[in-house]
Amino acid sequence: MAKQITVFLENRPGRIQSISRILKEKGLNILAFSIQDRGEFGLMKMIVDKPAEAQLALADRGMACALKEVFAVTAADQPGNLEKLTTALAEKSINIKDAYGFVSTSDKRGICYLEVENPQNVDIGRLIAEHGFTLIADKDLYDL
Amino acid sequence: MEIRYWNQRLETLPRHELRQLQLERLREVVGYALQTPFYQKRLPKAGISSPEDIRSLDDLKKIPFTVKDDLRQAFPKGLLAVDMEKVVRIHSSSGTTGIPTVIYYTADDLDRWTDLLARSIVATGAGPADVFQNMMSYGLFTGGLGMHYGAERVGMAVIPVGGGNTQRQLQIMRDFRTTVLHITPSYLLHIHQRMPEFGLTPADLNLKKAWMGAEPHSENTRLKLQELFGIDIYNSYGLSEMNGPGVAFECVYKNDLHVWEDGYIIEIIDPRTGEPVEDGQEGEVVFTNLIRHALPLLRYRTRDLAFLHPEPCPCGRTARRMSRITGRTDDMLIINGVNVFPSQIEEVLMSIPEVGTNYQIHLSRHEGLDRLTVKVEIYSKLFTGDLAALEALKNKINEKLRASITINSRIELHEPGSLPAFEGKAKRVVDEREKL
Repeated sequence: MAKQITVFLENRPGRIQSISRILKEKGLNILAFSIQDRGEFGLMKMIVDKPAEAQLALADRGMACALKEVFAVTAADQPGNLEKLTTALAEKSINIKDAYGFVSTSDKRGICYLEVENPQNVDIGRLIAEHGFTLIADKDLYDL
Repeated sequence: MEIRYWNQRLETLPRHELRQLQLERLREVVGYALQTPFYQKRLPKAGISSPEDIRSLDDLKKIPFTVKDDLRQAFPKGLLAVDMEKVVRIHSSSGTTGIPTVIYYTADDLDRWTDLLARSIVATGAGPADVFQNMMSYGLFTGGLGMHYGAERVGMAVIPVGGGNTQRQLQIMRDFRTTVLHITPSYLLHIHQRMPEFGLTPADLNLKKAWMGAEPHSENTRLKLQELFGIDIYNSYGLSEMNGPGVAFECVYKNDLHVWEDGYIIEIIDPRTGEPVEDGQEGEVVFTNLIRHALPLLRYRTRDLAFLHPEPCPCGRTARRMSRITGRTDDMLIINGVNVFPSQIEEVLMSIPEVGTNYQIHLSRHEGLDRLTVKVEIYSKLFTGDLAALEALKNKINEKLRASITINSRIELHEPGSLPAFEGKAKRVVDEREKL
């Protein structure tokens, strides 16, 4: 399981910069991120190369942050793959709470970070394997 | 100017006779007070064990002050002086520490209170020919029901619409040709701002007068609202501890509020020393309720600041006039007419583990209505990263706050350490409302 770090941020200028500065100072690398906007505040969600260190660095500065396990699903970068993945989930009535994805240009693979409702109810790893996807192993993810 | 009285004899009673009446009623009320566990403990220590121990009005000063906290400590029945069988009405308000305060009335208490309201109404020149739209909320708040019964006694046509729903209020004003309103200044201002939306101007209505209370406001606000609507506006003062509205009211001269001194003894004291101030000086208003027997209150400190006019009013009433409220001795906030203490808000916030220790109470005004925004810092150790949990937290804070202060607030979540921290006595209230 990939470890996503979620940081609570007020919605005002300079907040994302201050987060990225803290990570930069610690030499931490951001692999993926997304922002969820909720009016006066937002959540910044990141996959970083050293999640535990990032959490410590941010918490040290008083930031409210939490580590959460998410699925990192990978497939070849080609048309129709997101449709195929979401069809597999929809058929099992699995609700996606949050997702963001990107393509690694070096090896032409798409990566999707996925958070689902009630993940304990279904074996996601097996389900997606049945449909030709793979969950990235932690060591591969953090070596990316 | 035409002067009309509801009870001319009582309203123009010479001062020495008025004082004699006060003395008789004070003795009677002290008799009831001595029936309550609260005053049974307190009055004998001050040398008052029976009504006869009150020999003159000067003996009032022997009686210790009663404060809001006493009412909470005595909740629910420590100040009840009669059998519950005699009680016909209960009013209650939210307390600053979660303990509410309660006021009981017998049928005779309600009758005497209603009579003072009828007197107040007639003093403003209103009468049976008027159509009265009561826009104060009904229920546990005394403002709505109190004025309702007074207006019925005068013979006005009463529309018990209560507060809120501007469109319906305007429709009723138009359909029933309403002549008199009972309303807060901020809501009257709001009504005016909304009128164009419904294609109405004050000329389409039949308004003549408004009684304005529950919120302090300046003379400029009165003048502005009078001009906007082309009506006469009269200042109204009351508090549930003194029954509700009708403690003091303006007459047609609109030159501050006659305190109905046959019903209430007024004292103005220095809030630091408790000693009376000189005539005409500002101080804390202290009332003794002379007309309520179910729950007697003697020398009750209102925390309101005001002064008394020593000179008589041309209307001929002998009841002295009190200024409008010039301030408070505590940090009570009035939000859309509802009394809120910052300590109530703090108490609620500190009971929620996901909330940090820093918070800010922010008040602003939008379209004539007050808006309360409570800014809280989230507590980093209990942050889960879950958006739904944050939304649920906001709802929980609002629900718990509403249970305590009875009004809705907007909750804003902030990063830990982002709100200004204060040394010592925290200044956590930011009031950006334009003074009314």
